[in-house]
Amino acid sequence: MTPAPASPPRTDRHAAVPPWRNVRLLRIAGQIVVVLIVAIIALVLWTNLATSMARSGLTFGFGFLNTTAGFEIAEGPIPYRATDAYGRAFAVGLLNTLVVSVAGILLATILGVIVGVARLSGNWLVNRVAAGYVELMRNTPLLVQLVLLYAVFLQLPSVANSISLGGSVFLNQRGLFLPRPLAEPGFGLWLTLLVAAFVVALAARVTASRLEGVGRPTYRLGTIGIVALVAIPAVGWVALGAPVRLDLPVQQRFNFVGGVVLSPEFTALLLGLVVYTAAFIGEVVRGGIQSVRRGQLEAAYAVGLRPMQTLRLVVFPQALRVIVPPLTSQYLNLAKNSSLAIAIGFPDLFSVTRTMANQTGQSVSVIVLVMGTYLALSLVTSLFMNLYNRRVQVLER
Amino acid sequence: MSGERLAPPVTLVGPIGWLRQNLFSTWYNALLTVLVGAVLAGLTIQVVQWTVAEARWGVVTANLRLFLIGLYPIEEAWRIGLSLASLSVLAGLSAAVYGGAAVRTLASSLGAGQAILAGLAAVSGLGPAVTLVLLLDAALVWTAFLVGLRRPVARRALALAWLALVPISVILLQGVGGAVLPVVSTNLWGGLLLTFLLAIVGIVASFPFGVLLALGRRSDLPAVRFLSTAYIELVRGVPLVTILFMAAIMLPLFLPGGVRIDQVYRAMAGITLFSAAYVAENVRGGLQAIPTGQIEAAHAIGLNAVQTNLYIVLPQALRSVIPANVGLFISLLKDTTLVSIAAGLLELLGIGRAVLAQPQWFGAHLEVYAFIAAVFFILCYTMSQASYRLETALGVGTR
Repeated sequence: MTPAPASPPRTDRHAAVPPWRNVRLLRIAGQIVVVLIVAIIALVLWTNLATSMARSGLTFGFGFLNTTAGFEIAEGPIPYRATDAYGRAFAVGLLNTLVVSVAGILLATILGVIVGVARLSGNWLVNRVAAGYVELMRNTPLLVQLVLLYAVFLQLPSVANSISLGGSVFLNQRGLFLPRPLAEPGFGLWLTLLVAAFVVALAARVTASRLEGVGRPTYRLGTIGIVALVAIPAVGWVALGAPVRLDLPVQQRFNFVGGVVLSPEFTALLLGLVVYTAAFIGEVVRGGIQSVRRGQLEAAYAVGLRPMQTLRLVVFPQALRVIVPPLTSQYLNLAKNSSLAIAIGFPDLFSVTRTMANQTGQSVSVIVLVMGTYLALSLVTSLFMNLYNRRVQVLER
Repeated sequence: MSGERLAPPVTLVGPIGWLRQNLFSTWYNALLTVLVGAVLAGLTIQVVQWTVAEARWGVVTANLRLFLIGLYPIEEAWRIGLSLASLSVLAGLSAAVYGGAAVRTLASSLGAGQAILAGLAAVSGLGPAVTLVLLLDAALVWTAFLVGLRRPVARRALALAWLALVPISVILLQGVGGAVLPVVSTNLWGGLLLTFLLAIVGIVASFPFGVLLALGRRSDLPAVRFLSTAYIELVRGVPLVTILFMAAIMLPLFLPGGVRIDQVYRAMAGITLFSAAYVAENVRGGLQAIPTGQIEAAHAIGLNAVQTNLYIVLPQALRSVIPANVGLFISLLKDTTLVSIAAGLLELLGIGRAVLAQPQWFGAHLEVYAFIAAVFFILCYTMSQASYRLETALGVGTR
């Protein structure tokens, strides 16, 4: 099937070859047979499905999305009440999945890079600790890690005995309490300054790389841009009198007031996903950096690049090429693994839709809906990562 | 430049030199060492203290039977022993026939694992019979190995025996009715037994399907290529939980009226459908590694497309994807835990949750989950080490 048999000299045109030896005809016939087999299987399955659904009084359709859900959802980024429609419940689940996935991907990337660099460290202790961490994570099921972590969270002290981290972050049975940034009057102006600084820095960077590309002096434009990026917002911050105030959580008798609280379920899920995925990302990063040959470093030093320049101009661009494709699949894994939230009671997409399936009996429609959504999420992520991948790949001839 | 030979400075050799080089080479390395060392020491003390002094391990030892075989009736447990015995014999013979460090590692860890289980069974009061059977099975691995070294077995016979092992074991465990082999309902299967069954059936059953998909994806027939690619990408784009959920809910609907299949078989079907896509991607990697010259040579001596694949491409491709498939088996073994939340089956994690639901073990979450994590770690770590050796032995991935 795989390799096409090399076409015989083009005699088929003259019908010198009998049809059962005609490669072109055989290929078409083969495809028709395969498609027919698949179609027949699909038809049989579909007929069975239709009859079983009719027998148990099920219907297929998405009309139920407009009816009242009637169940509570513990948390979500948009307001939701039990009297809202199933469609809104679905949106809450989807948003919860998105929030935990995006936050997880960001944090796992940071931790993963640290782990990957630690695995390459010349410091024996750091190296071994990182290796042990990676082995521990890779050889135990994520689901077991999650329920274990959640069990630890449930054994945290009560509000009265909260664990304080630096006086403004608190951890207890009710979750993780963080300071919430609040906008003060000058915040809008400061945000404008920040954007302006970003534009200036970007323009400087682009100009610098263009000058570098044609071999003209860059007048340290890149450095100037970075200085501007830091200096403009900093000056603005002081001039406007600190336009962001931190609303700290304050301990009352029974609970905390102010700040922002992350529920134990969300925190356990996020932490579990990050810690698990970071081990895999660490290995990806390590593999990427190790794939850059030693000679490349030596050559970079030989032409007079400084260590930071070597890292920035020689090692990273080549390592990224190797890193990005497996990194993409790790991101996809993290997003898909967020569906394990159901085991610890976080209302993510799968957990919410499963409740929907149980309540409405529309299990077939719900499964189609949830699989379609996850598939769309995966495809969008791959699309963006593939675009990025195309940027970092070295053009080869 | 004098001819006198000086001993190297104390600070470069010996323990002190090692410490200097590897832990305190610069000021920030020294700082890092102290910090990491302090955190590590603190954590270790906490964990050891909890493990030795605080944890109530009674929940594990008292329920060990559940953790191992679930509710499988103890008077029928000889069937498990028999399955394990045939597995042990085959593993021992393979270690002798195929040689190779990796196969030997796997075989000896099978023996060691059974010996450890025997030890656990002895302390937890599962009865001397279970302990004895496990010890016998462990001994069988080495006996078969020694016998295999003396009297070599034909490789083909061994491969056929491996293929037959899975269906025969499943039939043996399920029973066929009657006085000798009464049917043991699958909802009594559980624990480590079910975990292994799900993973092994999943990888074995998905293999032929995955190979076909991989060939289809690389086919130059557009319709075949499209169908295979669509299946692979569809399955890889959704979480396993949703596939297991679909298998548990929708599979009965897809079957003609009156046909019922047990939850366990539904889960196996779900895992098979899922892992086929991943097997296909592994095999595709192997197919891509076959030089085009091989295929052209096959055509030149007059083999047709089917023959080329069967005699030239697949034998080479499949050998090179063995390590990747061991890796897939490891992740599948870990992923079987999902059937507890998707279909409510009582595999290792599911049975752990069921144990925790008993009032007398209320609040022993950490002990149960830590035990389960440790079991998985030992299993997966051993296998990943063996797979690593296999990779080195086969020379895969060396550039």
